[in-house]
Amino acid sequence: MNRPATSASPGGPKYDCIVIGGGHNGLVCATYLARGGRSVLVLEAAESVGGAAATREFSPGFKVSACAHLLHLMPESLIRELSLGTHGLHIVADRMPTTALSEDGYPLSLDVANPGSLEARSSADAVAYPTYVARLQRFSAALQPMFETVPPRLGTDSWHDRLALLRLGLRLRGLGRRDMRELLRIGGMCVQDLLDEYFETPLLKAALGFDAVLGSNFGPRSPGSVFTLLYRMAAASAAGGTLALPSGGMGALSGALAKAAIDAGVVIRTGAPVERILVKDDRAAGVILESGESVSAGTVISNADPRTTFLRLLGAEYLDAGFVRRVTHVRARGLAAKLHLALDELPVFKGLEEEALRGRLLLAPSLEYIERAFNHSKYGELSAAPIFEITLPSVADSSMAPAGNHVLSAVVQYVPYRLATGGWEQERAHLTGLLIDTLGHYAPGLRESVIAAEVLTPEDLEREFRMTGGHWHHAELALDQFLMVRPVPGAAQYNTPLEGLYLCGAGTHPGGGVMGVAGRNAARQVLRGEAVRGRRAA
Amino acid sequence: MLTESAPHYRQPLLKTPFHDRARALCQVDSFIPWAGYTTVDVFTTVEQEYFAIRNSTSVYDLTPMVKYRITGRDATRFLNRLVTRDITRLRPGRVAYCVWCDDKGHIIDDGTVFRLGETEYRLCTGERQLNWLLDSAVGFEVDVAEVTEDVAALSVQGPTSCALLKALGLEGVECLKPFDLGYSHLPTWGVEAPLMVSRTGFTGDLGYEIWMRPGDAERVWDGLMEVGRDRALRPIGSRALNIARIEAGFLLPNVDFVSAEHTLRVGTERSPLELGLAWLVDFEKGHFTGRRALLEEKSRGPRRLLVGLDIEGNKPAHNALLYADRSGKRQVGSVTSATWSPTGKRNIALAMMDAPHITTGLNVWAEIYLNRELVWERRMARARIVERPFFAPERRRVTPPAHY
Repeated sequence: MNRPATSASPGGPKYDCIVIGGGHNGLVCATYLARGGRSVLVLEAAESVGGAAATREFSPGFKVSACAHLLHLMPESLIRELSLGTHGLHIVADRMPTTALSEDGYPLSLDVANPGSLEARSSADAVAYPTYVARLQRFSAALQPMFETVPPRLGTDSWHDRLALLRLGLRLRGLGRRDMRELLRIGGMCVQDLLDEYFETPLLKAALGFDAVLGSNFGPRSPGSVFTLLYRMAAASAAGGTLALPSGGMGALSGALAKAAIDAGVVIRTGAPVERILVKDDRAAGVILESGESVSAGTVISNADPRTTFLRLLGAEYLDAGFVRRVTHVRARGLAAKLHLALDELPVFKGLEEEALRGRLLLAPSLEYIERAFNHSKYGELSAAPIFEITLPSVADSSMAPAGNHVLSAVVQYVPYRLATGGWEQERAHLTGLLIDTLGHYAPGLRESVIAAEVLTPEDLEREFRMTGGHWHHAELALDQFLMVRPVPGAAQYNTPLEGLYLCGAGTHPGGGVMGVAGRNAARQVLRGEAVRGRRAA
Repeated sequence: MLTESAPHYRQPLLKTPFHDRARALCQVDSFIPWAGYTTVDVFTTVEQEYFAIRNSTSVYDLTPMVKYRITGRDATRFLNRLVTRDITRLRPGRVAYCVWCDDKGHIIDDGTVFRLGETEYRLCTGERQLNWLLDSAVGFEVDVAEVTEDVAALSVQGPTSCALLKALGLEGVECLKPFDLGYSHLPTWGVEAPLMVSRTGFTGDLGYEIWMRPGDAERVWDGLMEVGRDRALRPIGSRALNIARIEAGFLLPNVDFVSAEHTLRVGTERSPLELGLAWLVDFEKGHFTGRRALLEEKSRGPRRLLVGLDIEGNKPAHNALLYADRSGKRQVGSVTSATWSPTGKRNIALAMMDAPHITTGLNVWAEIYLNRELVWERRMARARIVERPFFAPERRRVTPPAHY
């Protein structure tokens, strides 16, 4: 094994690897590196690890997952390999159903095995639905293995790259003629066109189109929104295709990841924000903390978003101008906000059975409604009719709220990062009122049961979770920022133009969503890179 | 109403502040476009103008050179990351010839960097570069502004140029060493603002460049013509200058290389190592755009190299293909610039050669096409790889220059 020489400023402690940022990807990466025999230090700016997978008390006694609020993309293999179960991860709600809320009192279940509510609306849709789901699942299953690999580089002589491209091609070919043709046909389409081909029920189409636009800068009529849907389904398929809630919220997942890391020998320091990455002889040599302390390491892996990593922590002067131009062009404008409500009773949604409250509720009556909500955000305006993805974690997990009380956690789209007129401070109260009123149309009486309310705009998410633009994925997930061009060519294989500096965050392949795969892939690439250098040196 | 000065679609080329004066002296009415301006190609005859460069003094309108003003706290760091040379070693009052590359180490353009002050520079280039400069400015506290139209310039070159400028009244010009810049006044010619004078040029000879406000341009021109009347001073066009620059071994963008930003075909980009400009690349100064790619190229060895050729006969080898054998079966390169060198009495050329064939003294064959009263003939001429520059008189360096 070849360990790169580390010779930064004298005195400071020395590690093989420093991971900047203790988000879930940072912790996953650190654990795999430590298991690979490296001494690893994780530096987290906040007082606790976890990044956007965090649990927070937003009102006395009421706790909520402050950013991501569902565990549904982390592969079962990763959970197993890291023994997260033995490190304290306990799932309180599994296979959570998804229900589309309806103002007229007839909500729609999206459970394929439970087609009753769909049959009541359209027998044709009830017939088409299983076909649609099966086909998209075949596509996503074919795409999924791509998530686990380091994206191949284009136009190189490397067998590694050629093999990866060949595998990708074979996998698509393996779908067979009909399915492959269909995948190529729909791959760049907008999700509304696809859903219009299959279905007639507006509520069903809205619920299915919801996942295509959630967390993205897309409306249902945006080209490429089928791609984002397949992408999400592919990630979910490795996670068992199930929505889950960890006991104690997403922070508990981070707690388990941290325990797994420590168990593997990782040293974690919180409250240790990094000021910049040290460069020596044109390679990463460690970091300097905001406190002025410097720590040496031969390899630095950044869990921060690409813009922060390259332009703030490293600095343009260590990079080529063309590369910097590409980094500045990475799109990362968040459009998703979080709403947290402390409630003194369980809300009653029109026509909804109590059993459905342990699942995921979608508020979006039609694709047109979603598109109209999106329209406003394009111009920096607040939509008067936003869309919601709602969970009530306290239903399954009593630790989240005082006895008899409940918490509601919702992702709200489309809330612009920056308003065209005025700042968020003037509009915050208006936004909170608007969101509660909108929910009130579906759950009369909700307003009266609100004890406390908190809204986190993309700007708040940016500040709190240190994500440029407040975007969950650090970089928009779209065809042009995907696989070997994510986040930018030249940094799409986790290594960067600066030797010894790697990326492991959501801005890299295959993206965020509390998946952890980017962290695992990055660790593999770090270990592989050292092996290659070792062979060269030998 | 249309005015002469306003650019218009029917008059797409701009006129420099010297245009009226030049037109009056341009006997053959030979104008060519250059960087958006109409400029003189030939005033009288190319030969007369060329010999003014080498034997007395020539005046060339340099105004179309694209000029950028670069200021700000990080101006030095910005330029040091932009170009391949070490700008931290360029003192205020000095000028440096530089190239800059894209990420792959391919040349975007060459130009001169004038350090006007601690945090103020002027960059002169052949092509417009604002886009690349602004992209390169990300992360630096620096202002980049194009000032092409705000600064008029004349290049005064030739063995008697220093004496002529002294006679004009530019005090202290004889103290300028090569690549120095200084300031002087010309109150006798009604020029109140200080003129910037730099000992720079594109002829490989003794010479200076005078940088002025456009409003002073005609007064400076008139002064030069007046003082130069008895000193064989001649205004020259681009054609004569081109002969001198080939003799000096200087490269012309879009002739000897194409900017990496403009190439479409793979393999037509050129790196500074390939253009024989390795001496401009400082790998020790820290990072600059293209450094990692150039390091790799250096360790791999360049695939081709720009060389100087001495070709038998007296027919310029314009665009000639070069072969390893007289039969012309194995091509090993091609000529980018060619001229008969009147001072060297040699038939010279700059050529791009494939890597394994580059050794000084090596013979290759140039395929020259001759037009003999519309009857075309092909001639295979022996060509020898020789050192550049082809012409480098001692007077270009001597300070103070000889007084005439």
